[in-house]
Amino acid sequence: MKNRQGLMLGLILCFGLQSCSNSPKISESTDQLQGKLVLTGSSTVAPLATEIGKRFESENPEVRVDVQTGGSSRGIADTRQDVADIGMVSRNLKEAEKDLQAFAIARDGIGVILHQDNAVESLSDQQLVDIYTGKLENWQAVGGTNTPITVVNKAEGRSTLELFLEYFNLNNRDIQADVIIGDNQQGIKTVAGNPDAIGYVSIGTAEYTMENGTPIKLLPVGGIAATTENVQNGIFPLSRTLNLVTKTQPQGLDQTFIKFAQSKQVEDIVKEQNFVPVSE
Amino acid sequence: MILITVFLILEALPVLQQVGIVPFFRDRTWHPAQGSYTIIPMIWGTLFTAIGAVLIATPLGIGSAIFCQYYAPPIIAQLYRRLIEILAGIPSVVYGFWGLVVLVPLIRRLQPPGTSLLAGILILTLMIIPTIALTADASFAKVPPAYLRGAAALGLSKWAMIWGVAIPAAQSGLLTGLILATGRAIGETMAVLMVCGNVVQTPTSLFEPMRTLTANIALEMAYAMGNHRSALFVSGLLLMAMIGVLVAMAEVISQGSIYE
Repeated sequence: MKNRQGLMLGLILCFGLQSCSNSPKISESTDQLQGKLVLTGSSTVAPLATEIGKRFESENPEVRVDVQTGGSSRGIADTRQDVADIGMVSRNLKEAEKDLQAFAIARDGIGVILHQDNAVESLSDQQLVDIYTGKLENWQAVGGTNTPITVVNKAEGRSTLELFLEYFNLNNRDIQADVIIGDNQQGIKTVAGNPDAIGYVSIGTAEYTMENGTPIKLLPVGGIAATTENVQNGIFPLSRTLNLVTKTQPQGLDQTFIKFAQSKQVEDIVKEQNFVPVSE
Repeated sequence: MILITVFLILEALPVLQQVGIVPFFRDRTWHPAQGSYTIIPMIWGTLFTAIGAVLIATPLGIGSAIFCQYYAPPIIAQLYRRLIEILAGIPSVVYGFWGLVVLVPLIRRLQPPGTSLLAGILILTLMIIPTIALTADASFAKVPPAYLRGAAALGLSKWAMIWGVAIPAAQSGLLTGLILATGRAIGETMAVLMVCGNVVQTPTSLFEPMRTLTANIALEMAYAMGNHRSALFVSGLLLMAMIGVLVAMAEVISQGSIYE
């Protein structure tokens, strides 16, 4: 008897599914989401989006989430050209990008890092600007040892660089760098290997590597300690919002994914990645 | 090869049409996002590192091949050869990482910041020694034994035999190895990117940081858009041109000097 019931149920499901496949738009509104989502953009957001995507996939087995990196600028470009369904952007949208829809999923702060052995405990904004523009070239001038300062800067086009320049009101042309690096990890390794270096990286990444014993330290900016708590409170000045962007008001799968990424269900993932959840 | 060149030209065209070729050689700085495009410092960077590395690696590489062929006992020679082969197979990122954590701090003790032209040259030297050593070894092995026996019969010392007979006879193979090595030195990206500091400037001393054309592409391509992206393809095109010139030079040299 039970068998027959099961069979009937199976048959009904079969018909039901068939009717769905005839009109795919209806299937999106049912519980079973299916399809493929392509996300491209910021390498800061990508690891987070990948983890969120994995959880999304496990809850919706018919959905595949494909995450590719290439920088915030690529996220914007791909979304505009419909190469990606959702773009990942690790900053607020610029004026020229307001044609896109942005959805905040987390916050991140940029911290100034020094080697652990460096005696300097804090730097004023003006001192930082002077160091980066080459006016201060020796640690002695800011209370350190008598050694030249190694200035570590980011490569052109990185959103970390843009945020840093914007906050300190600097022009990239004026920066006198000794080392130019690509991603956060390379920056941390460079500073960890050089007691006279100064650099700036994502606070989340820095805190994570410090927990693992990398000899670096984070400096306060504007008198406020560089911690994830202060980024979350919004009082840390040098911080940014991690956004998902879409070309039009998101619908169907896109919408569900974005809602999922903003929900409490993924808060633990955001924290695990050393980012700060957006308070809703 | 032709396809790649065509692709490079197509991708580079937008910026060449908009701003022309002149700014790439005339502008003062490299800030492609703000429309200044000089690549001269990076051409020098690439040339300095490659030439420096080849100059150091050539005597070492050929010397090691001579040791292997003519001086070492067979068992040691065999072991030594395997060792060099393994060295040739190490991925470049590993060299780069080693350079960043060992070599750069050492150089920094001499003169900060450590990431410098010298670090680049040394890493590249390490990377191309196996190429030179292995090709030189193979070309020495191909020298007809009759030549060597003839030299021995004339009562020449071992060194005179190597210098006067083996090296001239193996010349074309040695040259090929040299060109292969130079090609690798010019094209190497990851290791150089990690140890050179990547500041766009023409280095005036061995201890100054600098950026090569390849590092420029790898460092900025992921984040580049529009003219910036095109400008990176121009550096790629230039890299192709440099390799082209190198091959042409090798052709001329080998035609002028091989008499067999």
